[in-house]
Amino acid sequence: MQKIAIVAYSQSQCVPQAGASNEVELIMPRLQEVYEQAGIRNAQDVDFVCSGSCDYLQGAAFAFVSGVDALGAVPPIKESHVEMDAAWALYESILKIRMGQAESALIYGFGKSSPGELPIVLSQQLDPYYLAPLWVDTVSLAAMQARLMLESGVISESDMAAVVARSRSNALNNPKAQLAAQVSVEELLREEEFVAPLRKHDCCPVSDGASAMIICTAEKAMEWGKPYALISGIDHRIETHNLGMRDLTDSPSTRTAALGAGADSGPIDVAELYAPFSHQEIILSRALGLGDETQINPSGGVLAGNLMMASGLSRIGEVFNRIISGDATRGIAHATSGPCLQHNLVAVIEGAA
Amino acid sequence: MSEQQDMITDIKTPVYLQYNFTAGKSPARFLSQIKQGILTGQRCPSCQNVYCPPRGSCAACGVATEEEVVLSGKATVQSFTIVAIPIPGNPIKPPFVIANLVADGANISFIHLMSDCVNEEVHMGQRVEPVWKPQEEWGYAMDNIKYFKPLDEPDMTIEDIGKLALNAEKV
Amino acid sequence: MTSNSAVLAAVVGIGQTKYQTKRGDVSIAGLVREAAVNALQDADLTFDDIDAVVIGKAPDMFEGVVMPECYLTDALGCNGKPMFRVHTAGSVGGSTALVAASHVQSGTFKRVLTVTYEKQSESNAMWALSSPQPFSVHLNAGAGGYFAPIIREYMRRSNAPYDAGIKVAVKDRLHGARNPLAHLHLPDITMKEVEESMMLWDPIRFLEACPSSDGACAMVIVSEDVAEDAPKPPAWIRGCAMRSEPTMYAGREEVSPQAGRDCAADVYKQAGVTDPRKDFDCAEVYVPFSWYEPMWLENLGFAPEGEGWKLTMEGATSLDEGGDIPWNCSGGVLSSNPIGASGMIRFAEAARQVRGDAGGHQVDGAKLALGHAYGGGAQFFSMWVVGAEKA
Repeated sequence: MQKIAIVAYSQSQCVPQAGASNEVELIMPRLQEVYEQAGIRNAQDVDFVCSGSCDYLQGAAFAFVSGVDALGAVPPIKESHVEMDAAWALYESILKIRMGQAESALIYGFGKSSPGELPIVLSQQLDPYYLAPLWVDTVSLAAMQARLMLESGVISESDMAAVVARSRSNALNNPKAQLAAQVSVEELLREEEFVAPLRKHDCCPVSDGASAMIICTAEKAMEWGKPYALISGIDHRIETHNLGMRDLTDSPSTRTAALGAGADSGPIDVAELYAPFSHQEIILSRALGLGDETQINPSGGVLAGNLMMASGLSRIGEVFNRIISGDATRGIAHATSGPCLQHNLVAVIEGAA
Repeated sequence: MSEQQDMITDIKTPVYLQYNFTAGKSPARFLSQIKQGILTGQRCPSCQNVYCPPRGSCAACGVATEEEVVLSGKATVQSFTIVAIPIPGNPIKPPFVIANLVADGANISFIHLMSDCVNEEVHMGQRVEPVWKPQEEWGYAMDNIKYFKPLDEPDMTIEDIGKLALNAEKV
Repeated sequence: MTSNSAVLAAVVGIGQTKYQTKRGDVSIAGLVREAAVNALQDADLTFDDIDAVVIGKAPDMFEGVVMPECYLTDALGCNGKPMFRVHTAGSVGGSTALVAASHVQSGTFKRVLTVTYEKQSESNAMWALSSPQPFSVHLNAGAGGYFAPIIREYMRRSNAPYDAGIKVAVKDRLHGARNPLAHLHLPDITMKEVEESMMLWDPIRFLEACPSSDGACAMVIVSEDVAEDAPKPPAWIRGCAMRSEPTMYAGREEVSPQAGRDCAADVYKQAGVTDPRKDFDCAEVYVPFSWYEPMWLENLGFAPEGEGWKLTMEGATSLDEGGDIPWNCSGGVLSSNPIGASGMIRFAEAARQVRGDAGGHQVDGAKLALGHAYGGGAQFFSMWVVGAEKA
């Protein structure tokens, strides 16, 4: 498959409440930043634009339409939208480039989750006849998953706390993070349970913000003369919605997607995993077969700040940043959607050499 | 096995979700002014067009609208419809006129109600002015203006609607 | 600027449900599965043959299920495969077909199933569309309230006779009467009946507006090599285009949006269409309010500006009057409107025509057809051209 270049990436600060800013106001600064990085003027200078968002975060139908107001889409542009994380908007953009309808694309994702109660809002993602009427929120479902892991002896509470401690400490080097600290496993384990067996720190925070990326063909990246990294593979897979039919302690869809993306064809220096709960990071790194040679979530991951609908794209952006800075030569990024890691996307990103 | 049952064609599962809506920085400035009884627009620094109401950006240029412009409230009918369909929960009794109005000094229309008029006589290019609610009822809302009513002024040429602001600047 | 290196793709299976006000006999999953199974049977394939599923619908709030692809994966046989969800407002049915096609045209997959649906009876669309925003008045006037002033402006500019919209309303319902899947079956409808129907949003009368329907539409899109072995004639995808512009901006042309004109020019160029009225045998175009037929005839270049209504009045777009360029032979959106699926129905019906598989509303010998969808404030466009031949 054709390799696709990432030339620019920007993410807003993760904040619990973006206050007065509306979606357009959250998006515009990110777009300006990626335009500058790529050395282009605006969205008119790319061949395709695709975004990811969810109407239910802000509670208004067609919420994404206002996103178009940030683009300067006059004259009209080739543009599309997925009601998914923007990592899937990236996927659509890659298809457009592979089929030759575009050489470059702008991707953005945005979410202002603070107006509503995100875990409750997401309960309405469940089967509308059997599950949604029960209002089972995402935290409770994840807690059941964590309990399965603990009871079956796959992990211990210390393992979960270790994930959090590493996230908090890594986030100290991430100026965009919402939660960063130097904290020990012992300290974390002394905290009270929140939705047992999860403690509050096992759950990602809710953040407002946006992220944006520009991709193009390798030829175009060389023409633009900017540093770039290459997406050498991308794949995504979904599993049954019926939680009772899944082995919740594993993520076979992540494993299949990683194989589809060619993750196994070389060493993995860095992995950015979209794990909204600490135990899920362990599920994912086991499914991906990651070992000591791989640095996991150097940004702190989404436990340090979760821009719903943009976090998946941000994981890809974070790996891009590590490769551009020379900290890594090959990495994988992961995005997820649905309850208990139902739907997973894996991208493999390598240096341009 | 149970006896044959009637087909279930309905279950009721009400969804209640609460949101604290935020309008955005730019609309918030607009709403603060309208709470004082002042209609404002915001100018695009790039194409100079004035947006009323502002939504945060000039959608054509994709840049934030910063400069605030105070508008008189007088406006012109760009187009309109007479709504005859009763909508549940709508306090306004049909038939009523809703119009795309372009405020003097702005370059884009907004939708509002027209009243104190003969519905059949409403026409494009017609000049109108706002009728405000009593001051004590003013909130952070566009419906501080109850409706627009006809103004005794000559019609505007249709081609000139929305171009007042730019023309004024050229003079 | 860009080289078209796309793999040739074709539609080899089409499945639809019956469109009606309320499908109380099936769940949402049952509805989408019905269309999907019909499409697979039409292609003589099974769920196991499918590499990926692409799903589309209008706002989640219409049924109250957030990101419903998570819940629908089981019904669509997608477990373990890629599942993709598109949402581009009213044009979503069209753009979902385009995204599905790009899964094949990019060389990534061989066989893709795509499904769009709306089950409007399960929620309150009027509520979903009217969450109040403080910078606009709460008029609750519905979509007609938005489009009626634009139609009025078209009537002013074009000097069209007052009954051009009435004529479309009759014509599309007569077409719909030939289509057993259509929601409205009004074989005896008359101009007088439409004219006397209630004025909802002046100048839009009740019978000049689309119904609200439950329904789903599905297609199987495959690569060239697979299509060549298909049991029934494929509809070859000859061009795909999307365009977007903002809802509101100063100086926006709302009657004949630039995005629609650009999108048409793009898709015609890909398909080698220079004179749409002559080159196409028929078109399926998103006309939710009758007046949008003359408006889109002009926007899409089938008629010069200001003269779209002439084609309508002459019967050029009517199957029953033997017109040279029949529009919406299936009955169009005016006869069936499951919102999220409405665009894909246009795309699928265009494909049925060139496959020679459109039953009672078949245009004899149709070789090339246009599928069209639009959404938002007539700002999002998606179109495709399908043909009986590869080129």
